[in-house]
Amino acid sequence: MKIGYYPGCSLEGSSKEYNDSLFAVAEKCGVTLEEIKDWSCCGASAAHNLNHDLSLALPARTLALAGSQGFAEIVVPCAACYSRLASTNHEISENVTVKTKIEGYIDLKLTADVKILTVFEFLQKYIFPTVDKHIVNKLNQKAACYYGCLYTRPKETAAVDQIENPMEMDEVMVKAGATPIDWAFKTECCGAGLSVSRTDIVAKLSGKILEAAADRGAESIVVACPMCHMNLDMRRPEIKKQLKKDINIPVLFITQALGLSMGIPADKLGLNKHYVSTNKVVNCIVKMEA
Amino acid sequence: MHETTHHHADTLKSHVEEATGVILSHCYQCGKCTAGCPLNEEMDIMPNQILRILQAEMPGYENKVLSSLSIWLCLACDTCYSRCPQEVLLSKVMDYLRQESIRQNKVNPKAKDILSFHKAFLDSIKLNGKLHEVGLTIDYKLRSLNMLQDVQLVPSMMSKGKLAIFPHQVQNTKEIAKIFKRISENKGDQQ
Repeated sequence: MKIGYYPGCSLEGSSKEYNDSLFAVAEKCGVTLEEIKDWSCCGASAAHNLNHDLSLALPARTLALAGSQGFAEIVVPCAACYSRLASTNHEISENVTVKTKIEGYIDLKLTADVKILTVFEFLQKYIFPTVDKHIVNKLNQKAACYYGCLYTRPKETAAVDQIENPMEMDEVMVKAGATPIDWAFKTECCGAGLSVSRTDIVAKLSGKILEAAADRGAESIVVACPMCHMNLDMRRPEIKKQLKKDINIPVLFITQALGLSMGIPADKLGLNKHYVSTNKVVNCIVKMEA
Repeated sequence: MHETTHHHADTLKSHVEEATGVILSHCYQCGKCTAGCPLNEEMDIMPNQILRILQAEMPGYENKVLSSLSIWLCLACDTCYSRCPQEVLLSKVMDYLRQESIRQNKVNPKAKDILSFHKAFLDSIKLNGKLHEVGLTIDYKLRSLNMLQDVQLVPSMMSKGKLAIFPHQVQNTKEIAKIFKRISENKGDQQ
């Protein structure tokens, strides 16, 4: 069965390494992803901030295309895209009037039931069955798994079992031979879409997250969201100014961390694209004994 | 007990309830929303106060809500909703208040940059069907006049392959423009 893929805009641009590492991991396990033809932007925060109908119509167009192209499942690795697609799916399945209205806007039918998979669901379902034989390294480090908002709230679209203490990424990190830490900031907000318009607020919120991870002895922070990554990695100079101290913990996408344990070269996983050097993470890695 | 059934007042509360389906009287002011809000330090009116003002249905105060900075700072992280004992979906109310604030031309001056960013974002999608980060950045700079902000990031983002100079586009960009057009014709909403 073919698995559909919705990269979203960030994975074609500022978070290209998330896309590349996801494909590298999938390729290693012999899993193929097929991009939804002619997908468009989910509308992100801008659409739901300014125009409710638009915030449903944009994701609905992609869902309709996925259905008509015969995908029963689509993988959506971006947390924001996931949240927009899942909440659109929720709203149109609850309310037939809304569904009809949106179909009118997009001039497409929303007939098929398309299942939306997060990156953890994809890893569990398609990668975990064969991953063990590909794992050659132990990451051998304390990792802080950071989930943020969009996978955990609201409960109608939550992609995790326990919304205040999710464990889905922690399980992936155990497979990769890391030690996930217990910490209190797993589901705090990084500031998300205010990154450009209110960088000061983002530095404050992301600074608290970074500091909490450091206090618990984390050697890496692992994320599954392009915005969390951008705010914790690229906004590090602003965070340093805010905290008045230098915290150099690197931030990895979950697929980069898993890829490292599978022996995929760091450059193929895009580790060179980060602002905070990932050398410390790579230096912790130990080869597993045969 | 029948308060919502024979209540047709032309107040912000009734408009919010009609548009969002959220029943504002469900809030009994426990304050958990405000306690858990990551933005509470920055807000001019606290989340629970916004709900209380709407419940009171006093026009003068309603204007305070529509012209508040709080409604633009809300990140829709839904911490409030997940902790609310009455399950009041405050983020949906905030979405409505922002849209109403634009319609009534009451956007808080301090929220200008936030609104500019959202508008530049939607314009980029309207044009290409996908977000073009370079185009968005230029558009936002022109609108906000924050010309120098983040300029230092451009060379490094380019060299890391994180910025595409030319936009990725959907096959037929007119299709996306038509979606925007149909929505604006139907509701006269802001874009």
